Amino acid sequence: MKLEVILSGFGGQGILFAGNLLAQTGMVADYNVTYLPVYGPEMRGGTCNCTVIISDKEIASPIVKKPSFLIIMNYPSLVKFLPRLKHNGRAIINSDLVSSESVEDLEALKKKYRLYFVPVNSLAESIEKPFLANLCMIGAFYKITGLFSKEQFKKALKAILGEKKAHLFEPNLKAFELGAEYIESHYSASKKGKCKSRK
Amino acid sequence: MTAKKRILVKGAEAIALGALKADVDCYFGYPITPQSDIPELMARELPKRGKVFLQAESELAAINMVLGAAATGKRAMTTSSSPGISLMGEAFSYIAALELPAVVVNVMRGGPGLGGIEVSQGDYFQAVKGGGHGDYHLLVLAPCNAQEQYEFTARAFELAEKYRNPVMVLSDAILAQMKEPLELKKLKIKRYSVEEWALTGAKGRPSRFIRSLFLDAEELKEKNLTLQKKYKKMEKEARAEFIIEGGEEVIVVAFGSMARLAKEACEILKQKGYAVGMIRPITLFPFPKKAIEKVLEASAERPPVFIVPELNCGQMVEDVKLCVEGRAKVISLPYPPSVIPFPEDLEKEIKKCLKSSSIRQRA
Repeated sequence: MKLEVILSGFGGQGILFAGNLLAQTGMVADYNVTYLPVYGPEMRGGTCNCTVIISDKEIASPIVKKPSFLIIMNYPSLVKFLPRLKHNGRAIINSDLVSSESVEDLEALKKKYRLYFVPVNSLAESIEKPFLANLCMIGAFYKITGLFSKEQFKKALKAILGEKKAHLFEPNLKAFELGAEYIESHYSASKKGKCKSRK
Repeated sequence: MTAKKRILVKGAEAIALGALKADVDCYFGYPITPQSDIPELMARELPKRGKVFLQAESELAAINMVLGAAATGKRAMTTSSSPGISLMGEAFSYIAALELPAVVVNVMRGGPGLGGIEVSQGDYFQAVKGGGHGDYHLLVLAPCNAQEQYEFTARAFELAEKYRNPVMVLSDAILAQMKEPLELKKLKIKRYSVEEWALTGAKGRPSRFIRSLFLDAEELKEKNLTLQKKYKKMEKEARAEFIIEGGEEVIVVAFGSMARLAKEACEILKQKGYAVGMIRPITLFPFPKKAIEKVLEASAERPPVFIVPELNCGQMVEDVKLCVEGRAKVISLPYPPSVIPFPEDLEKEIKKCLKSSSIRQRA
């Protein structure tokens, strides 16, 4: 098993935090992981991405040409990374900033990839934590991949927040759950089956 | 997989943790991207342990503080990135001439000049061939992941004391900024006695004198010969990782982060049925000549093609050529800073090299 994930969005959307958290969770779940942030002269509002690889074998290259999973937080990221997604790869797309109508040739893309549109901003705003859209993404990732358990996620989150930010644990977990529930209710197994039969 | 206790850390933090594991006495440094996570962790941890952390006014000051501390027999280190390392070049030569143990970490970024903050391996020559003036060498270690950055940094202190010579750990922007799991293994780091030479105050013994100025011609000659003998002795520290099963047509030689990309490229090539092997030099000085010799001896009749990809314009390839001594074809695959090949691109380039070399063989 080897999953290459690129997370991308605006600076300030918590891309690096989400990538770090994903890698930490992968490690807690006993996988080998690498987390490679892209550092440049970045700023809030600029673009930002990172690469996380989760594997049960030794990871050689930490950089990836064709990822098997994308977490897309804004439109420029979709334009930049979707063409690089592996055939049959999966992508979670922030539908608050990238509506499915705005995606060109959506039907053709759906044949090639498995796309999950999740309104992570709205979900985060529903618990009055608009900056936790990134955690909704991780929740969706958890539900889609089943790579780790919720307990393992909680352990990783606790480790990353540390004592100083322990008070943020509950809201982060709530946002994570919202993302997972959205996938459960909108892309459940039966629905996925329908999609497949349509193909 | 076995459930080992691991922590997720940046390579830079792994370097700092390695130094702490070796019980470093003092750290002197000056901030520069992409290595500033090292002093950040050191600044937090060293004072707690009653050790010295000092942010110097410049790289020049930092390395000369290392020289001074090392002269008193303390475990001293500094870290910097390419332009900062250049500033320290003069003192490397002095520390080598004074035969003092010291550890220096270079987290390489793009050069020349101020260059950029992208990953690069452009300081290979500087690290391996000198960097300062005169006939001297640093012992150079090239880790390729967080675990090695931790272990090699700790081990660097032992090697520095063993040979009373500065040791450089050569990391780069990718290795230092990437986070990977690290197992905080127990390491046996030997501490060599400094009683014979350290400047510890002359109470109860004749005073000592550590100097690098030899105006007497004969004396300077002797000094150089002694140093050369030491570098010869260091050769037994040469190490390399071997991914070779025998019968390879191609041997890829790569170090550091490039070795990670190359390993993946080799995997792809193997899956496609190519007979590809790899040598990853772990020590860059002394260069692991025996590794290359071994391959050549095993394939005397039909030597493989050596391909040397580097994140620079072609530096280590010269050392590979020196080892091969014309007995096989050696091809350079240079990638200047900021042009990082994906493993798939590297794989294609290697295949291209193969095609052109086999055509030449037929002609």
